Amino acid sequence: MTERTRGDADELYQATIVDHDRAPRNTGALIDATHHATIDNPLCGDVVTVHARIADGVVRDLRFEGRGCALSRAAASIMTTMVRERSTDDARRLAAAFEHFVQAPPDAAVPDDLGELHAFAGVRRFRSRRVCATLGFRALLAAIDRGT
Amino acid sequence: MDPSRSEPSGQSTAGPAAWRREFPALDAPVHGRRLAYLDSASTALKPRAVIDAVVRVFTHQAGNVHRGVHALSEAATEAYDAARDDIARFLGGRPDEVVLTSGTTGALNLVAHSWGRAHVGPGDAVIATALEHHSNLVPWQALCAERGATLRIAPIDDRGRIDLEALAGLLDDRVRLVAVSQLSNVVGTIAPVAEIAALAHAAGAIVVVDGAQAVAHLAVDVAALGCDFYAFSGHKLFAPPGTGVLWGRRALLEAMPAWQTGGEMVASVDYARARLREPPHRFEAGTPNIAGVIGLGAAIRYLATLDRAAIARHEARLHARLREALAGEDRVRVLGAPEAAVVAFTVAGAHPHDVATIVDREGVAIRSGHHCAEPLHHRLGADASARASLALYNDDADIDALIAALARVREVLR
Repeated sequence: MTERTRGDADELYQATIVDHDRAPRNTGALIDATHHATIDNPLCGDVVTVHARIADGVVRDLRFEGRGCALSRAAASIMTTMVRERSTDDARRLAAAFEHFVQAPPDAAVPDDLGELHAFAGVRRFRSRRVCATLGFRALLAAIDRGT
Repeated sequence: MDPSRSEPSGQSTAGPAAWRREFPALDAPVHGRRLAYLDSASTALKPRAVIDAVVRVFTHQAGNVHRGVHALSEAATEAYDAARDDIARFLGGRPDEVVLTSGTTGALNLVAHSWGRAHVGPGDAVIATALEHHSNLVPWQALCAERGATLRIAPIDDRGRIDLEALAGLLDDRVRLVAVSQLSNVVGTIAPVAEIAALAHAAGAIVVVDGAQAVAHLAVDVAALGCDFYAFSGHKLFAPPGTGVLWGRRALLEAMPAWQTGGEMVASVDYARARLREPPHRFEAGTPNIAGVIGLGAAIRYLATLDRAAIARHEARLHARLREALAGEDRVRVLGAPEAAVVAFTVAGAHPHDVATIVDREGVAIRSGHHCAEPLHHRLGADASARASLALYNDDADIDALIAALARVREVLR
């Protein structure tokens, strides 16, 4: 078992995450959405739905809704702010980079292209919670791949 | 170990402090803190008597059961069969009514697949209560879908108690089976099983009891309960996981077809057909979980050396303290009106997963999520909950640790 301290909880729930959990950005339905997908977290029954308007390979607009813990809500919220007006290829690259980041060992170097998602460095010490952080991105990828 | 060590013969060996000492998992600090293990409803810790019994199997009783004539096989068989006798005594039944399974889920699936397919047909109905764990709900959904039958849900009130009048109203001559958990794994309410059995039998239905949570906390006597099947898991009764029991009335078991087939469950076989053994062996195909079952027997013998009434008093006092302490906490809502062993709660503004993660760093182990009872959570107006659950080895310090850790939740999530 990895040795942990109570300070890990403070590192996990950084101000950025608490802020996005309390006041998530870009939530709710999207009237002119072209793509949708819903992903469940069977561990806890949490669910995230992503609605996107995608045109010419670009994510023009993006919203999410559902229920979840602070980590899944904050990650989905930050995701919506970073993916808007970016190409679906960029969105895929960001999703892959974030997945790689949270799966890395706790002391691995932090990549410099993750924007506010850097706040999730602490989740690398919480094996069972990594799936919470990546729920929104998995819903986005599912929407891009097959959701209409 | 010598079981006499645990006998309540004097102050030094009786009571909560002595019970705690028998569970070595409590000795190791977690995140540098004293462990407050409040997740026994998920799985209970194991006493030395069980750990020693399992080690003894692989050291001195390492043969297969009911197969060999050599010394190791005979030693294993003797210990294995003795465990079935212990289980029968524990439940107030007969050894030939005790089917050994992989757990409560395996036991309930056996009833659904064997008894259910033979007795539930198109137009029939099965009743499950709104309290049920997925393992006492999904097998009945699947059975009803396969057989063209209807699943009826017996409602509960906001305290988490089964509405007996409504249940009686659902009972007509199409109902074949009523499924009920004796002790809810979420709201901690105790079902009036004997009354439900009387109602069901009057309507011509049988009663299947999920005893997974009850066995470690309530006196279980299948005759007094009046049920027809009783299922439980070893791992919640301080025994290894992968073990379980289906007790069934002898007449029902005798009339039931095999579900899984293979070795061990046959009397004789030629290339065209097989003659099956009598119950319980008919339902025990393949090499069983030998060490697990012997460990389950050891757990039951360990409990028999303790004063169960004293354990019940200890747990009842702690449960009342836990319930009241949580109910008095700012922003905390207790689900239902718990009567024993478990208290599920939500904290406004904090998801149960975040609560459980933060209190874990304080050395407090609780469960979070829907505890395999998703429909019940929706009935109670919650998506998920945190759950603290008790066993004989818990003490006041564990509850104090949880309450202190909840203050830490508010601090971290600001």
